[in-house]
Amino acid sequence: MEIKITLPLTKDKVKELKAGDSCLLTGVMYTGRDAAHKRLFDLIKEGKKLPLDIKDSTFYFVGPTPKKEGEAIGSAGPTTSYRMDAYSPALIALGQTGMIGKGKRNDDVIKAMKKYGAVYFGAIGGCGALLSKCIKRSEVVAYEDLGTEAIHRLEVENFPVVVVIDSYGNNLYETGKKAYLESLKEEK
Amino acid sequence: MRELSAEIIANTVKRLCIEANLRLPKDIKACIENSFDTEPWAGAKDILGKIIENYTIAENELKPICQDTGAACVFVKIGQDVHINGNLTDAINEGVRQGYKEGFLRKSIVNDPIERINTGDNTPAMIYYDIVEGDKVEITLAPKGFGSENMSRIKMLKPSDSVEGVIDFVVDTVMKAGSNPCPPIVVGVGIGGTFDKCAYLAKKALLREAQSENPVPYYAELERTLLNKINALGIGPQGFGGKTTALAVNIETMPTHIAGLPVAVNINCHVTRHVKEVI
Ligand code: SF4
Repeated sequence: MEIKITLPLTKDKVKELKAGDSCLLTGVMYTGRDAAHKRLFDLIKEGKKLPLDIKDSTFYFVGPTPKKEGEAIGSAGPTTSYRMDAYSPALIALGQTGMIGKGKRNDDVIKAMKKYGAVYFGAIGGCGALLSKCIKRSEVVAYEDLGTEAIHRLEVENFPVVVVIDSYGNNLYETGKKAYLESLKEEK
Repeated sequence: MRELSAEIIANTVKRLCIEANLRLPKDIKACIENSFDTEPWAGAKDILGKIIENYTIAENELKPICQDTGAACVFVKIGQDVHINGNLTDAINEGVRQGYKEGFLRKSIVNDPIERINTGDNTPAMIYYDIVEGDKVEITLAPKGFGSENMSRIKMLKPSDSVEGVIDFVVDTVMKAGSNPCPPIVVGVGIGGTFDKCAYLAKKALLREAQSENPVPYYAELERTLLNKINALGIGPQGFGGKTTALAVNIETMPTHIAGLPVAVNINCHVTRHVKEVI
């Protein structure tokens, strides 16, 4: 059964989510990948104001393809998240509660997620055409010069994700593999 | 000598760029559908079903299969009896430029690895030329995503490491990659040659039909062994656990030096794109 979640993701909701939960997200999220994260991170370091409110925000690590006439967005699947590892802890400390990507995160990110309360969701990598159907609106809110890497505000409806790492540090990449391998032993 | 205009080359490349990014090749589809039928783990089967749904939508609605429409890798076999009127490399880049623009594909190339300014048109293409017999030009377009490219590795093994060393390195590379390269993956393995030739072999291996075998029985057997070992790791689709970690392992080899045993592993994702045309 999928858990329906309305964004923004509050810290209370974060606490209820467990690694392995399938969720459908509805509401507003922001896109950001390597270049946008670096800019936000530099502003944080310099103590300057950010171009958007980070509190309770969810960031989707994605660089979509250009949209055609009449489309809300082009193909829009997740990019590999570890490239954001250097920047995520600073954003989580400012109140970011959700991240959507694919692939592993490092210990610093997981530590920050546990300390401040944040969730790392996985969206299916390589399913950009399918995922784009759940994105109803998209507009650039910062760093337009970055093109596909600009920060977009997305309105999504029933956007499918799985909790990969929860705010307690449980990790589906470890537990999922283990559960499958143990099921093989049982068969024998 | 046969004459061919650079314009024909550019138009072909343009068309292939668009086609490759909208339509997954038959051999990869067959592998995915086969895995869907045989995957024993429910969650994994569910993801494989979504992957099938995704490439069906892409094809029907003309939307790129994946948002990473890749670095445009272009493999060109030029017959030695054909003469191109115009600049061949420029023509290929022009084809990529037009294809990525008109196909609404993402431009993912930066001008310099350190300066990193987007070139805005996905050029330059990554071109591999090969001179062959005849008067034809064969162009293979293989857009390559970097989520999986980044998980690729090369190692100069010692001859004494032998085939066991090769197996360990390939399996270890896939294990370390884990969920990052969007499994299920296709694994291209190059064995032999020099450092650079070996990496090229691994990339070339990804062009071979996923359901084909290496013509040498020994290497065909090694492909099966590697696939079985990889699919016993439990990583599964997206790394959430399951049997289907890899769809195929393709090995390409060539002679090497008495002192070396180079091995390269080029990982590709389930969006392994390649389309070929002969002019
Ligand atoms: S690794 Fe492949 S499927 Fe995953 S995002 Fe990159 S191109 Fe797409």
